[in-house]
Amino acid sequence: MNLVLAKNETGRALSDSFAVARDRLPGVGKVAEARSAAFEAYERTGLPHRRIEDWKYTDLRALMREVLPLADAPDAAALKRAAAAVKLQAIKGARPLVLVDGVFVPKLSEVGGLEKGLTVRTLRDVLEAGDAALQAQLLSPDNANPMVALNSAMMTDGVVVELADGVVLKQPLHIIHVASGSAPAAMFTRSLLRLGKDAGVTLVESYIAADGAKAYQAHDSLVVAIGDNSRLDQIRLVEDSRDAFNISSATVTLGAHTYFNTFGMTSGGAVSRYQATIAFAGEHSRVETNGVNLLNGRQHADTTLFLDHAVPHCASREVFRAVVDDRAHSVFQGRIIVRPDAQKTDAKMMTRALLLSDEAEANNKPELEIFADDVTCGHGATTGALDESLLFYMRARGLPEKEAQALLIQAFVGEAIESIASDDLREVAIAAARRWLEARA
Amino acid sequence: MTALLEVKDLKVRVEEREILHGLTLTVNPGEVHAIMGPNGSGKSTLSHVIAGKPGYEVTDGQILFRGEDLLEMEPDERAAKGVFLAFQYPVEIPGVTTWNFLHTALNAQRKARGQSQLSSPEFLKKVREVAKSLNIPQDMLKRGVNVGFSGGEKKRNEILQMALFEPAVCILDEMDSGLDIDALRIAADGVNALRSPERAMVVITHYQRLLNYIVPDFVHVMSRGRVVKSGGKDLALELEASGYTQFDDAA
Repeated sequence: MNLVLAKNETGRALSDSFAVARDRLPGVGKVAEARSAAFEAYERTGLPHRRIEDWKYTDLRALMREVLPLADAPDAAALKRAAAAVKLQAIKGARPLVLVDGVFVPKLSEVGGLEKGLTVRTLRDVLEAGDAALQAQLLSPDNANPMVALNSAMMTDGVVVELADGVVLKQPLHIIHVASGSAPAAMFTRSLLRLGKDAGVTLVESYIAADGAKAYQAHDSLVVAIGDNSRLDQIRLVEDSRDAFNISSATVTLGAHTYFNTFGMTSGGAVSRYQATIAFAGEHSRVETNGVNLLNGRQHADTTLFLDHAVPHCASREVFRAVVDDRAHSVFQGRIIVRPDAQKTDAKMMTRALLLSDEAEANNKPELEIFADDVTCGHGATTGALDESLLFYMRARGLPEKEAQALLIQAFVGEAIESIASDDLREVAIAAARRWLEARA
Repeated sequence: MTALLEVKDLKVRVEEREILHGLTLTVNPGEVHAIMGPNGSGKSTLSHVIAGKPGYEVTDGQILFRGEDLLEMEPDERAAKGVFLAFQYPVEIPGVTTWNFLHTALNAQRKARGQSQLSSPEFLKKVREVAKSLNIPQDMLKRGVNVGFSGGEKKRNEILQMALFEPAVCILDEMDSGLDIDALRIAADGVNALRSPERAMVVITHYQRLLNYIVPDFVHVMSRGRVVKSGGKDLALELEASGYTQFDDAA
């Protein structure tokens, strides 16, 4: 059964809907209590709007207007459509973990033959089976953020991955979120990735839609804990259908001597927001975060990063590239806080936006809050158009305008894409960028 | 016989200022024309308008290529038809490798002409042959287009492209600028190797020096937006002796 979940102005209807939906959501006792508390936290603001500083450029109350009804579990027809979409996105050599309409589907996933020290469970199982520590970790993200709170209240499924000490996986894990599109609906997923000490893994996340999917809302959340001396490579590719919403959050905690390399690219969706909090909890760790927005039409994509340097001797690099055409709108907010103890922090952020039309818009908002005195921090931002003299040179060599632009755009985003360590996955990201460029031409 | 390139009474403005005041030039297959003149006489403007650079307004006159109206074509269509401009200042394109750029450009031209696309191995073979004949090291092809190239390397890259695209008419805009004598000789040898009975060249230069290496069939002197004198290759030597000031009054 579908149920109307939320209309912002009608708080009463919203809480009544949650009361009904709650029975379908996994977890009892403490989990259920946490859901109620999260929902109350969400209700205090409802959908965030432009008067909340953090949401100034992404006014969900205006853009999204309402939270759609909770998606039904996929039926056979939905799974068939989803399977076709998954097939197109499958990455050779990666282990697919597929969520269709917010529900984990073992049949489309590869759950057998797990390497020693690798555990994969569903969120539903973990919330129902009652491993208190895991549950607490899953419920750890801060509900002060209304969209995190809504996700905490409504999360239905996801994957919970644990990697034991000393386990380094060669095979990337590929979480694929598919919207099957039976009806306009919302899905709420949350996944957890816990790396022990001296561990390593590559996580790819794809957001896609089956052919002909109706307007949908993907509400996702990822909780990551990286143990000492471990390494995580993360690649997010948002290729949702052009009328979809994608509101995703990540909470990442790093131990000592860790390395976290993350790349995100948004080329799909109508409105998307990716908000990540990356917290340094151990010394001598390094984070490299690279992002690309490829937007046209009336697309709106927001990447909001918060790097929390709480301990000394850590380094962070943020590189962001936005390509914005037509009337699209790209937002990058990068906040870095260097707490009083975090001496010898080395934090840098660079954002560049390429505007391909007069009506395209890009907002870059760097924020540095530095409370330690022996640090190296910096940020830079540029916004501009394609260089006319380069375009003419290329056209004089026979390249039609769109093709010349495409080469320059690829070069522009290439710097961010190059940060992907794996050759194969770099090619996957390049292919996604090409799909956007080809659709444009 | 239809001329390869015909510029007829061409008048061109940039913003509010008229730069070319009625320029006429006819180029036939196999001919090498030199256009000489002082700075500001409109030489580069002519080359830009032929190639289709934006920002120039043609107020009168025509440019025909094999009888077709060149001014109606986009710059990339002109290139595909066989018009090539070797730039005075070739631009640097970071992040786009020379070899990818040349492959994409050549295939775009071939597509426009209804020819088959060259696969990567086919293209590689072709570009290697051409590069070898011009003494261009292979690793230059792997670098970003002109990025970090010396002046001589940039000009050699222009000639490489000319050899690869096999255009019908080549406009060489101040090819000698910024080159020392050795680099100039190498560039000129590259150009001379491309002379053929089917191909025409228009060599734009301020100095007679280049014409010692690329010997023209015709020399035209431009001053203040017009061709004020035309003659054979000896005209260049006359100019070298007497300078451009004699033409100031004629304009």
